[in-house]
Amino acid sequence: MTETATLNIWRGDDRARGRIETYDVPFEPGQSVLDGLRWVRVHRDPALAIRYSCINANACKECMLELDGETVYACTARLEARPMTVAPLSNKKLVRDLVTEIAPPAERFAPKDE
Amino acid sequence: MSAAANTEPLRVQTDVLVIGAGGAGIYAAIEAARAGCDVMLLDRSLIGRGGATVMAQMTVAAALGDEAPDHWTHHLDDTLAAGRGLCDPALSQLLCEEGPACIREMDEWGVGWARKDGKITSAFAPGHDRPRCVYVDFLNTGPAVSKTLRTRVHKQKSVTRSGDLLVVDLLKSDGEVTGAVAWHVGSGAPVIISAKATIVATGGLTRLYRRNSASSNMGGDGYALCLRAGATLIDMEFVQFFPIGHLAPRLIGMDPIMWDPFRYKLGGRLLNGAREEFTHRYGAPDDGRYVITRDMATYAILQEVAAGRGSPHGGAYLSFEHVPEANLREAFGPVIDRLAENGIDLTSTPVEVAPIAHYHMGGVATDPAMRTEIPGLLVAGEAVGGANGANRLSGNAITEALVFGRQAGRTAAARAQGMSRTATARPSPDTLALFGDGPAGTPLNTAGMLERLQALMADEVGPLRTRDGLARALAGLDGLQAELGSRPAGTGAAFDMARLDWYDLRNMLAVARAVALAALNREESRGAHQREDFPGMLPEWTLNQTVRLNDAGLALGQTPVPTAEARP
Repeated sequence: MTETATLNIWRGDDRARGRIETYDVPFEPGQSVLDGLRWVRVHRDPALAIRYSCINANACKECMLELDGETVYACTARLEARPMTVAPLSNKKLVRDLVTEIAPPAERFAPKDE
Repeated sequence: MSAAANTEPLRVQTDVLVIGAGGAGIYAAIEAARAGCDVMLLDRSLIGRGGATVMAQMTVAAALGDEAPDHWTHHLDDTLAAGRGLCDPALSQLLCEEGPACIREMDEWGVGWARKDGKITSAFAPGHDRPRCVYVDFLNTGPAVSKTLRTRVHKQKSVTRSGDLLVVDLLKSDGEVTGAVAWHVGSGAPVIISAKATIVATGGLTRLYRRNSASSNMGGDGYALCLRAGATLIDMEFVQFFPIGHLAPRLIGMDPIMWDPFRYKLGGRLLNGAREEFTHRYGAPDDGRYVITRDMATYAILQEVAAGRGSPHGGAYLSFEHVPEANLREAFGPVIDRLAENGIDLTSTPVEVAPIAHYHMGGVATDPAMRTEIPGLLVAGEAVGGANGANRLSGNAITEALVFGRQAGRTAAARAQGMSRTATARPSPDTLALFGDGPAGTPLNTAGMLERLQALMADEVGPLRTRDGLARALAGLDGLQAELGSRPAGTGAAFDMARLDWYDLRNMLAVARAVALAALNREESRGAHQREDFPGMLPEWTLNQTVRLNDAGLALGQTPVPTAEARP
């Protein structure tokens, strides 16, 4: 049985000029919010920026975002048949859409003079 | 004009460049730094998070002999037998002989291998002649290995760590690799890295398949980078499918490979849709003891599904219904609660499992010092081909990551220290064009193309192959290549997903073609390569196939399997 979640996704590369885009996402109970975001990329807008590596295992810890105002891992938060608001972490530097700068400062690329 | 095309590339230089920060890459960086080199450790994702190592919930094979007698030569015998005659024995020997030293060094660094009575304890895994596989409880081997290496590399002051750097191409000068050019995903800037030695430690290619157990970064980048730099790939037809990847019910927050340690500890019964044991029909009785090798189990499950005897979602049942709950709790503690959160009670219901792309035996041809034939270019970990032949033994992947990483770091450091200056890496105009604006017109659905590629590979280049299916795969790859074009999609701005996908598709299509071509040409069945139209292993196919890139495209070749004596 397929149900529909409504994902209201924050988009943009400037906190002051963001917009919310809304997508209806089919899903089967048990699927994750990350499954829904990946569905949006394949079927609606491949430009949607999200950061993840391990998809399902909650091992890489890269897919942190805010779901209805709470910080979650998108891979373990479940899709539900209701409107869900997805936004980038508010306490990290925004890169684009749902991607924020979450690497420890010592592990960010910082060119030194040759 | 895009931001990227307006930007002069940033330039950095180092002694040793390590591409990929999983187990192999981090160990290489530590070793090169200990030898006195400056090291730049890159990852396309975050350091120590995005590779395959962090996801390994299972075990690590090494002949420690702590609990019971063992010797690396026994481990080598098992590795060569599992490889079905195609292993490069010198690489296999390196893995088995030096595995224990790396395991003990990890122990000194506090990884926390499970112990009994003070001794590191070993589990039995299929294909091994005795218990030989160490682990970290509970289902925590990969995260513990990753965290330990990350902590250790932090202490090496001469290692610079940079995440979000996607290497687009290796750079060459006078026939030698002199570094790489990368796209800084976080800002969109092109970055040129000059290095005296470059180690490719980017892992495998499981992302080519729809159902896979590794991270989304395992798209075969390193194989494609090395191909384009002129190196040789070997054994590309041998993709390992893990037979009992989780299939149903939907389970989140867990690695689909998690049933492997369950079977090590508790046995578990593999049953078909009618709840009958079946692997004996394919000459490999399992009897709930988990002794059947991966290639055989994959074959048996898929044949049972093809015969209409699969489980409802198209796999097999794995049942622990006969195991008392107290035993489940003792073996897996909090994991039992995580399963309950997903609605799974192992005492009353079986789960469904099916083969899932897991590991690549093939890879870049290298000598036991981890040097490719291109001076300045080394490889480590799963990117290396040859150590595991046609089928990898359980537990050898992390061992290989550690041992080959350490060796590559050592060799790279020796090269760097023998060079007085770092040649400045210079990209060609063609390479720089890969950072320019994409073509005008309707943007590609790059995410959709990736999904189509995965479906094509799963359907036609999976564990069971035919000539017709492989021909369809090659035709499909031609179509995707034509769609992709030669100019990168998107603008190259920060986290431009179209640009990221385009670079990935460029690599994945090249690597997928290498796998399909080698699979089509090998008209026999051996290990992980099963041809339904050519069942049975043929002695004349006891050879390694090679793939190289020349002006006309990918070219297949053949080379005799090296003998132990042939290599110094």
